[in-house]
Amino acid sequence: MPLVKNGQIAADDFVAVADDAELPAAGPVLISATRLLADPERLVARNSPLGVVWPNNRDVAELKPWLDRLALIALVFPTYKDGRAHSQARRLREVYGYRGELRATGQVLRDQFTFLVRNGFDALDVKKEADAHAFREATHRYTEFYQPTGDGHRSALQLRRQRHLTSAS
Amino acid sequence: MYAYDEIDRAIVHERVDEFRDQVRRRLNGELTEDEFKPLRLMNGVYLQLHAYMFRVAIPYGTLSSEQLRKLAHVARTYDRGYGHFTTRQNIQFNWIALADLPDALAELAEVGIHAMQTSGNCTRNVTADQWAGVAPGEIEDPRVWAEILRQHTALHPEFSFLPRKFKFAITASDHDRAAIKIHDIGLKLVRNDAGETGFEVLVGGGLGRSPFIGRTIKSFVKGHDILSYIEAILRVYNQYGRRDNIYKARIKILVHELGIEKFAAEVEQAWSEIADGPLTLDDEMIEDIRSRFIYPAYEKLPAEPDELRAAAGDARFEAWRGNSVAPHRQDGYAIVTLSLKPAGGPPGDATAEQMDAVADLADKYSFGEIRVGHEQNLVLPHVAKRDLPALWAALDKLGLATPNVGLVSDIIACPGLDYCSLANARSIPIAQELSRRFANPETAALIGRLHINISGCINACGHHHVGHIGILGVEKNGEEFYQITIGGRADEGAELGVLIGPAVPYGEVADVIEDIVEAYLSLRQRPDELFVDAVKRLGVEPFKERVYATR
Ligand code: HEM
Ligand code: SF4
Repeated sequence: MPLVKNGQIAADDFVAVADDAELPAAGPVLISATRLLADPERLVARNSPLGVVWPNNRDVAELKPWLDRLALIALVFPTYKDGRAHSQARRLREVYGYRGELRATGQVLRDQFTFLVRNGFDALDVKKEADAHAFREATHRYTEFYQPTGDGHRSALQLRRQRHLTSAS
Repeated sequence: MYAYDEIDRAIVHERVDEFRDQVRRRLNGELTEDEFKPLRLMNGVYLQLHAYMFRVAIPYGTLSSEQLRKLAHVARTYDRGYGHFTTRQNIQFNWIALADLPDALAELAEVGIHAMQTSGNCTRNVTADQWAGVAPGEIEDPRVWAEILRQHTALHPEFSFLPRKFKFAITASDHDRAAIKIHDIGLKLVRNDAGETGFEVLVGGGLGRSPFIGRTIKSFVKGHDILSYIEAILRVYNQYGRRDNIYKARIKILVHELGIEKFAAEVEQAWSEIADGPLTLDDEMIEDIRSRFIYPAYEKLPAEPDELRAAAGDARFEAWRGNSVAPHRQDGYAIVTLSLKPAGGPPGDATAEQMDAVADLADKYSFGEIRVGHEQNLVLPHVAKRDLPALWAALDKLGLATPNVGLVSDIIACPGLDYCSLANARSIPIAQELSRRFANPETAALIGRLHINISGCINACGHHHVGHIGILGVEKNGEEFYQITIGGRADEGAELGVLIGPAVPYGEVADVIEDIVEAYLSLRQRPDELFVDAVKRLGVEPFKERVYATR
């Protein structure tokens, strides 16, 4: 499953470590939410980048105290029809100001790429090889957007407001 | 009418291109049917009994004559020459080929029509009072807000994969013609004591297997805050709505299970995270949308023109005028409803020829504007009263002047077993039979306002729970049976109907309905006591007795 990071196919530096396995002495690791919350202070103090897989039925507000020390949060789409992680992503980015890597995992398909990027995901664990190569095309299909999200695009209403003010002055 | 600007045009065309690419990938096997299904649903494409069905949105029920002609063109070119207007301000085409869909959509996009999110587990077409902007006594035109909502919910990145479908309806009148209490979110425009415009917000209405009337979650949300408040409701629903059981996935179940207070508290919490953020509207934004609505340049016309007085001697004209013509906010003008319920016809169907002819009449008599209502009829919203006799003559020729609006033969029915793969029983032939039985306009007028709603299964697409008389198709040992409820209503006093007794077989439905109507006629206190009011006063017992005494 290719990883697309900031628009490019990239290697995955993080090593997923099972709950009962020993953590390696160094290097980026990806652990479960249960493991993180069992001993968060010690884990975030570790000297290598730390990532957590956060389930889609758990409130992301629980992560608030550790957000600036997490390098990666992986959210889960068990099927792409289960859209809970879309809300989690927006809250992490837009409400709690999380700036580390936000990765979409699970059934991540090309027809959702635009939505995912708009919601703040910057890394996609893509299900199909061909979809990974179509990333650019799939995320450049739309030039205008109705909703303001944290993705930097100005929404239709924001653009019109500006137009309205310019034409009035 | 709202006129698209270049932003709206870009989005609609880009959506067509995206769908064209999705269809291409489905046809060449890159997408499995399972992967494709939600994608096609989100563009209004269902797989039915015989073919793909294509559902096109008519946001808040407003169409221009140019748009209606394009719908006629699609019916003629890609389908079998007719379309079906639904209870949610959509039009459905029943026989379209998958490979043709992108072209049909591209043609519709040219006139600012789309099929975005007309099905699927996402936010659906925003519906409104079909008399919006012309009904006397409105707070303001709710379509401006409906358009703001339409845009905000189109291709929403966060809410395109909700637990289940999600429907909005909006009204600005005390008399609710938009059935806001049976929608996931119902919005009523109101003004507070400080004179500010805002919304009473209702949540959790819906029919289907477990029907609920919507509850007020907040009695006043300022207009400027409406998008952020709605975002908060959707966010709570997206995270906590049930996904384990499709029959418990609508927001009504979440509201019911949590209780309205707890649900409201969750929404307040979510709202506190985003209120005063980028979703807050300002006056310039609202003005920009408002300025793109085109309003007719009304003339100063007499309230009682000579033409009307001259036509008053024609009893057929008078019967139609008394039934299908309603007061307009502008003196000298009227709102005219065009019945799509001729005796013996399938409710809500219109042929391509009828659509073209109505478009021409709209150009001639209604400033080029047409409305579609949830009762599956069409409306010409701005007709000068002096033109009524000429308009009537033209409509009568087209078969669109049946004087049965709001009466017993103005039946709302879903497609049922004739088209729908989920159906237990037929709906359309029942509607046709009833409309024949009650075809005499004098009898219908004597009975007065009476809404019959028919659904072919528990999904309730025909809103049977809220029909004054509701007819629900069920299956018993492989045969079509029908449960009858009475006393439901969909307006501001919305209520669910009560079952009168055991289901009856297909062949007896029309007789049973006749019995119920006869019982009503003999039991009503005065000729103007409506059927629903009589049921409210008397309960179901006397009707039940009448129906089952001889069966
Ligand atoms: C023939 C293809 C159709 C199919 C397969 C279909 C399917 C469904 C299903 C499964 C539901 C229930 C959803 C739920 O409760 O979660 C539903 C609800 C609904 N449908 Fe349809 N439908 C069809 C046609 C129509 C038509 C023609 C109309 C309008 C006349 C319509 C109007 C509605 C409405 C208003 C609801 C909402 C009822 C509620 O509040 O639960 N549908 N439909
Ligand atoms: S109520 Fe049932 S039979 Fe009728 S259209 Fe809906 S799903 Fe089909």
